Amino acid sequence: MVDQKLRATIITGRTIDQGVGKELGKGSQEYYDNAAVVFLDKADMMKLGIRNGVPVRVTSKFGSVIVKARKFPRGSMPGLVFMPCGLWANAVCGDATYSMGMPMFKGFPVEVEPAPGQPVLTLDELLKEEFGRGL
Amino acid sequence: MTEVKSVVCPICGCLCDDLEVTVENNAIVKMKNGCSVCEAKMIHGYNSEERILKPMIRKDGKLVPVTMDEAIHKAAQILTDAKYPLLFGWSSSTSEAQRVGVELAEELGSALDNCCSVCHGPSVMATQEIGIPTCTLGQIRHRADLIVYWACNPWSSHPRHVERYTSFSEGRFEKSEWKDYIQKVKAASGKKKLEAAARQSRVIKYQPPPRPQTCTVDAPPQTIQKMGRKMIVFDVRKTMTAEAADYFVQVEPNKDYEILEALRCLINDQELDVEKVGGVPVEYLKEVADALVNCEFGVIFFGLGLTASAGRFRNIEIAISLTRDLNKKTKFVISPMRGHFNVTGANVVFAWQTGYPYALDFSQGYPQYNPGEFTAIDLLRRGDNDATLVISADPGAHFPKSAVQNMMKHPLIVINPDLNCISRLGDVVFPTQWCGIEYEGTAYRMDHVPIVLRKVVEPPEGVLNDEELLTKILAEVKRIKAEKAAKTPPKSTCATKKEEAN
Ligand code: SF4
Repeated sequence: MVDQKLRATIITGRTIDQGVGKELGKGSQEYYDNAAVVFLDKADMMKLGIRNGVPVRVTSKFGSVIVKARKFPRGSMPGLVFMPCGLWANAVCGDATYSMGMPMFKGFPVEVEPAPGQPVLTLDELLKEEFGRGL
Repeated sequence: MTEVKSVVCPICGCLCDDLEVTVENNAIVKMKNGCSVCEAKMIHGYNSEERILKPMIRKDGKLVPVTMDEAIHKAAQILTDAKYPLLFGWSSSTSEAQRVGVELAEELGSALDNCCSVCHGPSVMATQEIGIPTCTLGQIRHRADLIVYWACNPWSSHPRHVERYTSFSEGRFEKSEWKDYIQKVKAASGKKKLEAAARQSRVIKYQPPPRPQTCTVDAPPQTIQKMGRKMIVFDVRKTMTAEAADYFVQVEPNKDYEILEALRCLINDQELDVEKVGGVPVEYLKEVADALVNCEFGVIFFGLGLTASAGRFRNIEIAISLTRDLNKKTKFVISPMRGHFNVTGANVVFAWQTGYPYALDFSQGYPQYNPGEFTAIDLLRRGDNDATLVISADPGAHFPKSAVQNMMKHPLIVINPDLNCISRLGDVVFPTQWCGIEYEGTAYRMDHVPIVLRKVVEPPEGVLNDEELLTKILAEVKRIKAEKAAKTPPKSTCATKKEEAN
C-alpha cells in the first residue's frame, strides 16, 4: 500500500559532496546536484512508492520546496529525513531561536510527498522565487 | 613552476597546515594532502567563473559594475543613513579584518554578529555558564585513547579531522587505527562480494552476521572493549564517521539531553529504572559508560546536532557536566567542532576588543552582549535593523528563508570573493581577495591555536583584501559623518537659549 504523505522529522547538515559543490561555486552543477536533495530511509521510500532521483515536495510549517529524493545509503532511519544545508533546506527551516540565536535547523516535523513531473528549481530560479532577485 | 609547502587550508576549523601546492602562471595547478573539499576550492573554486572581479551596484534590478570609489561611497552612505545596521559574517575572514570590523561597528553604533550565532553560539553560552575542560588538538592526537563524536560527522564537515587529530592519526603515545579500519573495509567489501555471489548462484546460502557496532543488535558489541584507540559515535543516523567507529549509538532526534544525563547517572553509580533512554537500551549505555570511565584520556567532540536540537545550550551544558564528572574518574576533555576556518577567530577578536564573543550591540555607544536579542536571526526576525553588511559568509545559503526575506527589505552590502547566494542578492557587492590563497592573515583553529595563513598566488588586479576594503569603508563613513555634523547646526544648550532670550 502506497502512502501519499510521509510525516517525518527533518535534520539538515553537511555532506561531503555538498561541501565539494559549495567550494566549486554555489552556481555549480555539483552544488545543485548535491544540495537540492532529501535523503530518505529505504522503507519510507517504499511506503511513498518512490525511487532514487524522483522529485518530492518537502513541507514544514515554515515553507515548502521540491527536491530530489535519495535513498540514505547507510543503516536505517525510519521517520527521519536528511537534507544537506543550503538554499533548498532553508526553504523549510524556521527562524524561531528560543532566545538563543540559533534557528531551527534540526529536529522539527515535515511532510514529504511525491511531486512527479514537477521541476527542482535551480539556485537562481529559487532565489528569484523566494526573494524576487538575481544577478 | 613553484612548489609551496606548509600551506594552510582556509576552509574548515581543522586549519590543516601541511598542504603542498604547485603554482604555475599564478594559478594553483596541483596540490597534495588536502581533502576533496580543499582541492575543490584550491584548484578550481577560487578561480571559477563565479569569481567577482569588479564592485557592483544594483541599478534597475540588475547588478552593474561600478568603480571601487563609487561602491565604497555608496556602501558608506547606506551605513551612515541607516539608524541601526547589522554587520554580520566574519568567519571566513582574517582576524586582522575582524578587528577593523569591530571599529566600524562602534563607529556606526550598529549590531555586530558572527556566524557563531548559527553554529556554536549555544556552545559559547554554555561555556560562559559553567566553563569548559578542554585542550589543544595536538594533545588529543598524541594522548587520547577514547574519541567520542557526538552529533557531528567530521567525515563530511571536517574531512581530515579523524586522520590528523584523532583515531587515524599516529600519536606519540597512541597508535593510528587506520590499518584496522582498512581491514574492516576490506572485510565488508569481501562480505558484499560473497553476498552478491550467493544471490547470483543461489547455491550458497550466505547469512550475514549481525552488524557489530550498532546498538540495534541483541548483544553489546565486543569492539567497545578492544585495545588501542577507540571511537564511539552518537548520532541520529548512520554517517560515514559512524561507519568508521568501533561503536555507534543511534539516538532519537532531540533526545541527546536525556542520554547525556543518563550517562551522568551511570558513571556516578546510580541505577536507571527504565529500559531505554532516547531510543537506546540502558544496557548499551552501561557499556558506553564503562568505556568512558576506563579510558586513560578521553575526548568528546560535539557538533551542531547538539547546538541546534531541542535544548540548544542546555545540551552543551550537560555534555560539559558529563565531562566534569568523568574527570573525577579519569582524564577527559570536550571540544566543539567549529565549522568555518576562522569562526573561532571571530569570537576571539570580538572578545578581546569588546569583552564579548558575538551577539553585540553598539547602539548605546558601548558594547552590549545578549544572545537571543542581538543575534542576527533574532534581529532579522523582529525587523530591528534597517541595513545589513555581510562579509565573508553566505547567510543566503545558511539562514532560514524568512530571515533572508527580512534582510532583503533593507539595503544589503556584501563583501565576498565569489558569487554565492547572498552576493547574488546584494545591493552593493564588493569583490575581495581569497584569504589564505591571495593574502596572508591570522586564523584561529577550532582549539584556539592561532595559525598564519599563507599567500600562494597574486590576487586579481584592483581587488582589495577584506582588511583594506573595510579600512576604506570606515574612512568614508567617518568622512560622511564629519560632513553631516558640519552641516547640522549645533544643538542649542540652556546657556545659548538664555543668551538668545536676552
Ligand atoms: S579537513 Fe578542513 S582544513 Fe583540512 S584540508 Fe579538509 S577542508 Fe581543509
